[in-house]
Amino acid sequence: MAIYYLSTPISEDDIRALHVGDTVYLSGVIVTGRDAAHKYMVETFIRAAEVPEGERPLYEELKRLLKGSAIYHCGPVVRQREDGRWEFVAAGPTTSIREEPYQADVIAHFGLRGVIGKGGMGARTLRACQEYGAAYLHAVGGAATLIADTVKEVLAVYKKDEFGVPEAFWVIRVENLPLVVTMDSHGRSIHEEVRTVSEENLRRLL
Amino acid sequence: MENLTELLVELIRRASTDLPSDVEGALRAARDREDPGSAAASTLTVILENVALARAHSRPICQDTGTPIFYVRFPAGMSIRELQAQMEAAIAEATRRAYLRPNAVDSITGRNSGNNLGIGFPTFYWEEGEDEILDVALLLKGGGSENVSAQYSLPDESLHAGRDLEGVRRVVLAAVQKAQGEGCAPGFLGICIGGDRGTGYSWAKKQLLRPLDDVNPVPELAALEERLLRECNELGIGPMGFGGKTTILGVKIGAAHRLPASFFVTVAYMCWACRRARMTVRGGEVTYS
Repeated sequence: MAIYYLSTPISEDDIRALHVGDTVYLSGVIVTGRDAAHKYMVETFIRAAEVPEGERPLYEELKRLLKGSAIYHCGPVVRQREDGRWEFVAAGPTTSIREEPYQADVIAHFGLRGVIGKGGMGARTLRACQEYGAAYLHAVGGAATLIADTVKEVLAVYKKDEFGVPEAFWVIRVENLPLVVTMDSHGRSIHEEVRTVSEENLRRLL
Repeated sequence: MENLTELLVELIRRASTDLPSDVEGALRAARDREDPGSAAASTLTVILENVALARAHSRPICQDTGTPIFYVRFPAGMSIRELQAQMEAAIAEATRRAYLRPNAVDSITGRNSGNNLGIGFPTFYWEEGEDEILDVALLLKGGGSENVSAQYSLPDESLHAGRDLEGVRRVVLAAVQKAQGEGCAPGFLGICIGGDRGTGYSWAKKQLLRPLDDVNPVPELAALEERLLRECNELGIGPMGFGGKTTILGVKIGAAHRLPASFFVTVAYMCWACRRARMTVRGGEVTYS
């Protein structure tokens, strides 16, 4: 189990070097997005015949930001400073499996290298990680203050009024965000392995 | 009546930014049990560092500050209407001060109310006491753990769970296995045997207010709590579902009367950040615990 320090943009080689159980300290610009954001990206950008005029500037911005970067399943607590800038107060991961219907398409469409969240994801996302060179990076659920301290700057926020604070796209610069690789680009998932072992243990206990 | 809003903001701040000492102690004991260098041990270390940081800087332990659930025991004659208005004002103010994340979403429009107030939000339980004491307990119940909570109707054929305590044991173990790490393990279980579908969940959640070291007055339930705690940890799910010896830190069971036709077992899963706090007002004097 190795330790890696990665910065965005992340190369495919860097991702292919990661294996489940490795620790990653991630730095650079990443974007938060959870339920409303994933539904929106898939319905408005990916599956739509044409991106509506008014949504095009955000589409271009997200394409630029997400390529080679990571999306973070997180609905933060934020505070607005007197000069109008935002800061992250608490920012742990939210449960990722809710994005399973969307995640593989988002990885493929935007060229994501990392998906950050908690609880792991399913078979389609795992296949997308293999196919496109991405990894699922697990943050410690509930470690919200510690993670917020790694967010050094809030660069922008999109869809805050429409989706609300937790669901908005927050563009953030992080330094040494601590993560564990639990699904790698080689088809392994800690979540699947623990599920199998715990099923056997349950059968024994029943 | 006296305006308690600022005192209630302090209760909310304490609940969101600090853990009860028994909960933190259980996390520390778990870290010491896990193999040094394992993902389980390092996860618990990060969790404990995070708790210390949150406490020191008065910031939320977890960004999901959950559903605020108030359990209020009030003296006879006190206006619940006024008290509720003050509690709602305190919730809005605590949200403005970023002790709470705006968490109340309109289920039709998807709009976030922005101040944690909405239809049925927060949750209140009222009980008139026999003395002059006002006692307000607050539980912040996060969404990730709420989503893995479960209710079973016994008998459950697939789990060979009949209408007895052995049946209860079986469905609880199945619920914890199904939850994996998604409820932010290691978690706490509040369990209700009986009731209807509604009271089952509210009684199960109320069990989460019990201190970890209390002993269930019903001997059969005390024995079942102990056994379930041991067996849940034999599942091998571990902190965050990374594998390990610690899956559950506490099991508390209550029983309610049921209909002859129904036998529900309700499992309220609480994440490791079991945020509960209590405020007691006695003759103008306020204490927090």
